[in-house]
Amino acid sequence: METNYVQFTKEMKKDYTILTPNMLPMHFELILQVMRNYGYKLELLRSEGPQIVEMGLKYVHNDTCYPALLVIGQFLDAIQSGKYDPHKVALILFQTGGGCRASNYISLLRKALQKAGYGYVPVISFSVAGIEKHPGWELTIPKLHRMLYGVLYGDLLMSLVNQCKPYEVRTGESQRLAEQWTHRLADEMAGSKVLSYKKIKQNYRLILRDFNKIPVCRVPKPKVGIVGEIFVKYSPLGNNNLEDFLVREGAEVVIPGLVDFILYTVYNSMEDARLYGVRRLQAKLYGVAYRFLNQKVRDLIDIIKEESDFATPTPFPHTATLVEGCIHHGTKMGEGWLLTAEMLELADSGVNNIVCTQPFGCLPNHICGKGMMKPIKEKIPSVNIVAIDYDPGATRVNQENRLKLMLANARDAMGEAAPTPTKAPKEPLWV
Amino acid sequence: MKTLGIDIGSTTAKLVLRDGERVIYEKYERHFSQVRQKTLELLANIPALPADEPLLVAVSGSAGLGLAQSAGLTFVQEVFATGETVKHVASDVSTVIELGGEDAKIIFFDGGTDERMNGSCAGGTGAFIDQMATLLNVTVDEMDRLSLSHNRIYPIASRCGVFAKTDVQPLLNQGARKEDISASIFQAVVNQTIAGLARGKKITGKVLFLGGPLYYCKGLQLRFKETLKLSDENAIFPEDGRFAVALGAALYAQKNSTPITLQALCDGIRSSLNEAPIVHRLPALFESAEEYDAFAKRHAEASVPTANPNAYTGNAWLGIDCGSTTTKLALISEDDRILYSYYASNLGTPVAVVKEQLEKIYGLCGERIAIKGSAVTGYGEELIKAAFGVDLGVVETIAHYTAAKHFRPDVDFILDIGGQDIKCFRIRNGAIDSIMLNEACSSGCGSFVETFARSMGYSIADFAKRGLFAKAPVDLGSRCTVFMNSSVKQSQKDGATVEDISAGLSVSVVKNAIYKVIRATSPDELGEHVVVQGGTFYNDAVLRAFERELGKNVIRPSIAGLMGAFGAALYSKKLNQSRLVSAEELKAFVHTAKAATCHGCTNQCRLTVNGFGEGKKKYISGNQCERGLGYDTSKLESVPNLHAFKRAYLKNLPAGNGTRGIIGIPMALGHYELYPLWHGIFTHLGLRVVASEQSTHKTYAKGQFSIPSDTACYPAKLMHGHIEELLEQKVDAIFYPCLSYNIDEKAADNHYNCPVVAYYSELLAGNVEGLQSTSFLYPYLNINNDRELAKGLLTALSPVFPDLNKKEILAAVKAGKQSYETYMSAIRKEGEYAVDYARKHGKRIMILAGRPYHIDPEIGHGIDKLAVSLGFVVVSEDSICHLTEKPSVHVLNQWTYHARLYRAARYATEHSDTELVQLVSFGCGLDAITTDEIRELLERGKKYYTQIKIDEITNLGAVRIRLRSLLGALEQ
Repeated sequence: METNYVQFTKEMKKDYTILTPNMLPMHFELILQVMRNYGYKLELLRSEGPQIVEMGLKYVHNDTCYPALLVIGQFLDAIQSGKYDPHKVALILFQTGGGCRASNYISLLRKALQKAGYGYVPVISFSVAGIEKHPGWELTIPKLHRMLYGVLYGDLLMSLVNQCKPYEVRTGESQRLAEQWTHRLADEMAGSKVLSYKKIKQNYRLILRDFNKIPVCRVPKPKVGIVGEIFVKYSPLGNNNLEDFLVREGAEVVIPGLVDFILYTVYNSMEDARLYGVRRLQAKLYGVAYRFLNQKVRDLIDIIKEESDFATPTPFPHTATLVEGCIHHGTKMGEGWLLTAEMLELADSGVNNIVCTQPFGCLPNHICGKGMMKPIKEKIPSVNIVAIDYDPGATRVNQENRLKLMLANARDAMGEAAPTPTKAPKEPLWV
Repeated sequence: MKTLGIDIGSTTAKLVLRDGERVIYEKYERHFSQVRQKTLELLANIPALPADEPLLVAVSGSAGLGLAQSAGLTFVQEVFATGETVKHVASDVSTVIELGGEDAKIIFFDGGTDERMNGSCAGGTGAFIDQMATLLNVTVDEMDRLSLSHNRIYPIASRCGVFAKTDVQPLLNQGARKEDISASIFQAVVNQTIAGLARGKKITGKVLFLGGPLYYCKGLQLRFKETLKLSDENAIFPEDGRFAVALGAALYAQKNSTPITLQALCDGIRSSLNEAPIVHRLPALFESAEEYDAFAKRHAEASVPTANPNAYTGNAWLGIDCGSTTTKLALISEDDRILYSYYASNLGTPVAVVKEQLEKIYGLCGERIAIKGSAVTGYGEELIKAAFGVDLGVVETIAHYTAAKHFRPDVDFILDIGGQDIKCFRIRNGAIDSIMLNEACSSGCGSFVETFARSMGYSIADFAKRGLFAKAPVDLGSRCTVFMNSSVKQSQKDGATVEDISAGLSVSVVKNAIYKVIRATSPDELGEHVVVQGGTFYNDAVLRAFERELGKNVIRPSIAGLMGAFGAALYSKKLNQSRLVSAEELKAFVHTAKAATCHGCTNQCRLTVNGFGEGKKKYISGNQCERGLGYDTSKLESVPNLHAFKRAYLKNLPAGNGTRGIIGIPMALGHYELYPLWHGIFTHLGLRVVASEQSTHKTYAKGQFSIPSDTACYPAKLMHGHIEELLEQKVDAIFYPCLSYNIDEKAADNHYNCPVVAYYSELLAGNVEGLQSTSFLYPYLNINNDRELAKGLLTALSPVFPDLNKKEILAAVKAGKQSYETYMSAIRKEGEYAVDYARKHGKRIMILAGRPYHIDPEIGHGIDKLAVSLGFVVVSEDSICHLTEKPSVHVLNQWTYHARLYRAARYATEHSDTELVQLVSFGCGLDAITTDEIRELLERGKKYYTQIKIDEITNLGAVRIRLRSLLGALEQ
């Protein structure tokens, strides 16, 4: 591996601010807190507006996928905003090293920085596999372990908000509660040196009890699942505030959790060993991680069941079996088989309406998203899927019109269905 | 209570008023983007409807959405509304196809209602037909009538309007009949509907056709009926089909709306007129009239002297620029003054236009002026040259530079935005240093603004003028024109005026040029002395937007649109004697155009044979190579061409006379390289190997209907046709494995395949019906480890060929590896031979670089042969990359195929006689990464970077210009 990039050195750790792209605000805030405890200065970018995509279009090849344009545009916008000293700033991007072009976002970002005159700004690769070397940035097992709880907290809060928001009596209450909890959890993480799983489980309970107290009016609403390329699926910047739109249109949104994506990448390393006979020893370690992660999710499921009527996530091993007959677990680039699995899991648990989001021309999604719609429909004829492409030039009116068609059909199907139960039915929390 | 359905689409507004079960009033009109005003007008004109009568109202349509929101009315999505109508009035229908202004929709009723709309890329249909009619210079009605007397159908790319235009324009320029083109355009719409919407679902039973275009265009109806093989009873084109959505809205209103009086309805819409717009706006182009005057005065200074042709005596030279949409002529005097000029749309018949102009020029010349030389440039160069005996053909870039240089000797950057192209070139030390042309996809340049102006009911001049003083131009983004269409739609929804849209479009054209074509990040990159030209720059709004974006003043010659012709005329001044047709010969001039098919090879190119009267040389166009033109091609056949070499090698691998069974191999994507591997393995196992034929456009058509994602790359889409072909051949199994990892050549950080090459089988298995009843083998294999490969193959093959054992498979794998090695070393050897040959014969070497599958004749469109005919020796990236080392790159170098590209680029920089031309498939996400990197590698090595984007388009005209420009630049 060549190192023709600016490294993040140990000296930089002292006084550099590391800017972070924003995909899932609650999750990322908690994950950043973990790194802050280790002495890093990190800041989550919350900027929005048309200048971000303008900046992306200016400095990145326009045929590059939309998430890259946005993320890079947001970074450059921040650096040029005057808020930071460009000589005391570092950037960070995720890098999985998969066969999709997303692994090259980091190279594109460096090229863009070079072009804009900031070639000296270090870009850290956030990669569990350690694709690049940055002496000042180390991901150790204890750090990753702590981050995991940031992800699980985030998933729980996100799902509870989604389950309460469409029905809340006082508008905005569930969102506010989730934000309060994010602060509280972040403070707690900052204060404690030891990781207490007991305390974390207690927090799950407290969160659930708090959300249980939110007054809701459970009128029947169509449930709409959102799946797709990870950035446009989660980020309001990437999907034109899709969640808000759907809630405004009277739908309940169901979004798969981030932990499933982590499990998917772990699973793929095990699958590689099975399929190709490569890196068998490494796969054994991933097997340990896989079992560990699944146990953590199961613990959470048990607590949700004990504490509330809220829907629980489907265990990942079950989700994984659903793709049988549709797509093989070897399809591992981008969201790969997980995307197909998520659609099937949603339908399997009664969420028949699905928005499949992708950046325009997303390569893996040709296969795992649009390519799987026919087999999925054959398997589950009642499923109502709409594919939406996101792109700097795609207009909201075009997207919303297609979403409205999906929603009209969703409501139509509800009208024909049996009378809706008075009590809120059990529904999936995560897919 | 009466129910009212309002349907406001992208171009038209429709009303249906019902009383009980009876429709008592309906109205259909174009709204010219004046959505709210037109709706109010339509409402006011409903006869005998009292203002205080309560009604049930619902609004539908893409432009209706915003109206309903701001006026607080019930909205129903238009496809859903159509479904309501059909369920209500025609319950025995199994499929509905509805084409609107910009949307296409299909509804299947059999097996559960399934409603689909075109994706965001698929362009419009009604708008597309309008745009094509404009291009043909006929009305839609005329185009429809013409189509009814067609003789043949040309293949026209059907995916989006911009692509189709790229196919139509050359047909026009080559003299194809308008009747045939008209019908071909309708066929393209049909293909698009089937490929983009039905996506594998068969259209059978009773089909109801709805929407404006399907109501008005009989030719389109016919194409649908023929293509879908529908009987008269099963193809229904209802009289009031245009009102289906409005009727559906009325039906929906009955169930879901609350009563409102007509008065309240109109008030609601009227009050929404004053709502604050939410679309992002840009600053005005001019703050004041004074500012504009100064601007106009400055540009008026850049003019060229003219001379009175009626007073001039002496020699003259003629330049003709036969562009994609316009024809330009310039006649210049000894001292370079313009004696006569002409600039107008070629009306789809450039030959007729030029003939008329020549007559006029000869009339002016009389005995006083003698034409000493003539030159022609542009798309129609060869046609015009053949027709009128023009002395010289000159490639556009050279013509434009000649003109700009004459005008401003120290020019260092030229930007030309024409009807269909954006061309720009940087000049360094008096020579063209780099050339950038727009890709087929973003070609929405001048003609786009013009078509838009017309669709909104304005002439281009009027439209442009309105934009000049727009208060708040809308920000329409800078992507392909199809997207701009919907951006305009969005801005109309938000109440943007025609002025704001006009100015916004100008800004978009400029941004497209700067950021997409030139890919500049700062104005300084363009140079000190920028000359802008091309007809589009007559539009002051575009010019102003360009100066604004650049932050500096530029020069626009008063003859901005004539620069090609002027340059050609200057170019011809080296001549002293002209062979141009004489005034006498012109009188007897005739022009005929006839369609034919070339049988020179398997490509079966569709030709247009232009005749110019008895005993005159014919001009044949539409062919991909020199064969079929009547030229002697034997000399060219001995020139090394690695693409041809590889094709022949793969084709000549014998099927073998295996008796154990037949295995089918689709000759597409990764198989273009790995075929020898699989072939070796299977023949060693005693299987007969049947490969599908190399692709033609028919291959595409054969599998088109099962493509689920219309934005996937063309090489992947062709796969469907190859599978269909193998299914017909009754093979025992079809084999296309899933390979996350390609061959590890140890020359990069990893050795992935791209997601599409790796996993396309998964998509095929789920979408190609025929594969459900055939053994389709797509195991995940490790081809870098013989044991693992043997293990994987044994598991995959056993169900179909049960008597195989582990030992023989391992032996077969070794044999296969051997045959793959033989193939790759043959390529390398041929590469070395080609390089030697070129150097011995003093020829230039072109690395026609891409992916292995780009050698497919339907994917590469014969660009390799074109390059050979232009004098190059053609090698492929994999045939020479072993001759150099891996360069240092700034990207994650993790794909096997790409790693070769980087090495090939390095090779080009190391040899002065070698150029690299990169083939890029439209929609290839990975090439967004490789292209910038290869450009950088080449430019660092002081080489030109030439990229050719390829897709379904069969037109080689643009490619020819590009390669000739490269040659022209090299020869300076």
